[in-house]
Amino acid sequence: MSTLLSGVAASAGIAIAKAYRLDEPILFVERRTIENSDAEIVRFQEMIHKSRAELKMIRAKAEQHIGDNHAAIFDAHLLILEDPEFLLSIQHKIQTEQINAEFALQETVDMFMMMFEQNDNLLIRERAIDLYDVKTRLLAHLLGAHLPNLSLIAEDVIIIANDLTPSDTARLNPLYVKGFATERGASSSHSAIIARSLNIPAIVGVKEGLASINHGDMVIIDGFRGQVHINPTSDLVKRYESEQIAEQAITSKWDHFVHQPTVTKDGHQVTLAANIVSEKEGSSVLFNGAEGVGLFRTEFLFMGRNELPSEEKQFQTYKSILVGMQGKPVVIRTLDVGGDKDVPHLHLPYESNPFLGYRAIRYSLKEPVQFETQLRALLRASVFGHLKIMFPMVTTLTELRTAKMLLNKVKQELLNAGTQVNENIEIGMMVEVPATAIMADVFAKEVDFFSIGTNDLIQYTMAADRLNERVAYLYQPYNPAIFRLIKMVSDAAHNQGKWVGLCGEMAADSIAIPILLGLGVEEFSMNAASILQVRSYIHQLSQTEMRKLAEAVLHMETAEDVQQFIQQALNDVC
Amino acid sequence: MIEKKFKVVAETGIHARPATLLVQAAGKFDSEITLEYKGRTVNLKSIMGVMSLGVGKNADITITATGSDENDAIKTLTETLDKEGLAH
Repeated sequence: MSTLLSGVAASAGIAIAKAYRLDEPILFVERRTIENSDAEIVRFQEMIHKSRAELKMIRAKAEQHIGDNHAAIFDAHLLILEDPEFLLSIQHKIQTEQINAEFALQETVDMFMMMFEQNDNLLIRERAIDLYDVKTRLLAHLLGAHLPNLSLIAEDVIIIANDLTPSDTARLNPLYVKGFATERGASSSHSAIIARSLNIPAIVGVKEGLASINHGDMVIIDGFRGQVHINPTSDLVKRYESEQIAEQAITSKWDHFVHQPTVTKDGHQVTLAANIVSEKEGSSVLFNGAEGVGLFRTEFLFMGRNELPSEEKQFQTYKSILVGMQGKPVVIRTLDVGGDKDVPHLHLPYESNPFLGYRAIRYSLKEPVQFETQLRALLRASVFGHLKIMFPMVTTLTELRTAKMLLNKVKQELLNAGTQVNENIEIGMMVEVPATAIMADVFAKEVDFFSIGTNDLIQYTMAADRLNERVAYLYQPYNPAIFRLIKMVSDAAHNQGKWVGLCGEMAADSIAIPILLGLGVEEFSMNAASILQVRSYIHQLSQTEMRKLAEAVLHMETAEDVQQFIQQALNDVC
Repeated sequence: MIEKKFKVVAETGIHARPATLLVQAAGKFDSEITLEYKGRTVNLKSIMGVMSLGVGKNADITITATGSDENDAIKTLTETLDKEGLAH
C-alpha cells in the first residue's frame, strides 16, 4: 500500500528512485564498561582507518566537482584523524577507564570543544565545527549508522531532507540525484530555483509525513502535482513511467529550436538567456538553446567553503564560463549575499529582516577589499569572452556611482600594471527595489542595461516576505502594480537607448511572457531547461498584439483579472 | 635541539588554514616538534593542540625541534611561516 504526501510543486517533472535521507542520524552514546580494552582500541583504530579512507574519497570527489579550494576543508578533518594527541587521549581513556570507544570519543571531543569555544579568535572558535563533523563521522561508524554525504552518492536517488541549504543544492549531482522533497521551503526559495536550474523535479513544504520515509524506500515525486508517493504499487510506478515517456516526447518536439533565433510571428526578435550558478553549466546551456547567460549568480562561488574564494579562483571560474559560452554575452552579477543566502564565513550579522537588511551591493560596498577582488577577477577575465557586469539590489544612485567608481579604479590599476582588460564591458544593474524602478529614468542615464529581478521586486512591491507562507497569497507576479513598474523601467531604458532584461521566475511564465513582450522586454533569462519551450511559445505570439494586451493589463484591477484575461486572449490567439 | 622565535604578523593569527599547513609540514619530520605560546607548549604535529593555543596577531611564539632532522624541520617551518605571510 503506497502512502501519499503533498507539498508545493517547486520544479516540474517526475522522478522514481530510492529515498536518500540527508538528515544527520541521531547518535545516542551510552557509557559501557569494557572487559577487553585492547580489543576496543583495535575497534576504534579500525573506525579511524575507515573514516580516513572515506574522507580521502570525499576530498577527491570534492576536488573534482568543486575545486581544490573547497576540498581543503577535508584536509582539516583528515589532520584531526591523524592527530597524535587526540587519538592517544581517547585510547588512554579507553584503557584506563575501561570504557567503550564511543563514550571515550564523546568525552574527549567535548573537552576539546570547550577549549575551542573559549578561544579569543573567532576563526578558531568556528573550527569547532570540524571537530564536530569528525566526531559525527566516527560515531556513525562505531554505532553502524548511515551518515549522509552528497558527494558519495553513486546511484539514482531522491533526496529527502528537512531543508536543503544553498550549499547542499550546489553540490547536488544531477547524474544521480533525480529529485528532492523537503519539509521546509517555498516555490521561490533558493533550493527550488536550483532544482529548476538543474531540471530535476522537486517538492518543497511537505508539511506532514516526510519523516516517515526511510532511507532506501522507493519513492515517486511528482513535480507537476506536488505529490510524494512512498513505496508505490507497481501499477502506480507503471502509470508514472508512461507519463515520463510522454514528457520526453514533448521535450524532443522542441529540439529543432536549439539553433533558431527567438522571433515572434510578426518578426520581433528577443534573446533567451540562461540563469546559471556554476561554471559547470557554462557550455551545457548552449545545448538547451541559450543565446547567452543572463545571470551568473556568483554567490555560489562563496558558499559551501570556509574561506573566501581567491582572486585567482574567481578569475578561473569567470574565464571558464566566458570561454564556454563561445563569445555569446554573459552577464555576471557581483556577490549577492544576505536575504535567504547566508555565507557563514562572511560573518553577516543576524538580522530580524534580512531581506530588508545588509545584503548584495550594500554588503559589497562596505567590504571594498572583497569587492575589488571580485571586480579585478572579472576584469581580468573580460578578455576571454563577451562579459557584462551587473550590480545587485542597487537602491540609490550613490550606490551605483560608488560601485562604478570602484570598478573604474580597479580597471585603471590593472591597465597601469599592463594587464589587458576589455574596453567595452557593458555595466548594468538589477532592478529589484521599487524605488529603483520609479527612478529608472535617472538610473538609465548611467547604466548600459537593466535586469529586472522579479522575485525580489514582487516581494518588495507587495511588502510580503516570499519565504513566509502565511503571506504567500500576497506574492502576486500578475498584480498590475508589478507590470506598471516593469513598464516604467522598460520605457526609461528605451528612452536612453538602453536594453532591458528580466531574470526572475516570470521570464519563463506563460502568463507573464506575453505581457513582458508587449512591454518591450528584450532579454528573458531563465533556467536553461525552460528555454526551448519558451522559444516555441514566443514563435506563436505576435508582438503587435502583445503590446495591446499589455496596455490593457496596465489598466486592470487585480492579479486574478490579469490571469483570466491573458488565458482568454491566448485561447483566441494560439 | 633547535629553538627559533617568531613574531606572528598575519592579521587573523594562526587560525584554521595556516594551522593545517603548519601541522602538515611538521608531520613530515621524525623530530619532536613543539610550539610554545604564552607559557603553554603543544605538539606541533597536533592540529587540535595548535588550534587550542589561539595564536593571534603580534604573538611571540617559539618553535622547538628535537631529533635527527631538526635542522630541516626548522628550516621548512620557517619557510612555511614566511611564504604564507604568517610570521617571521
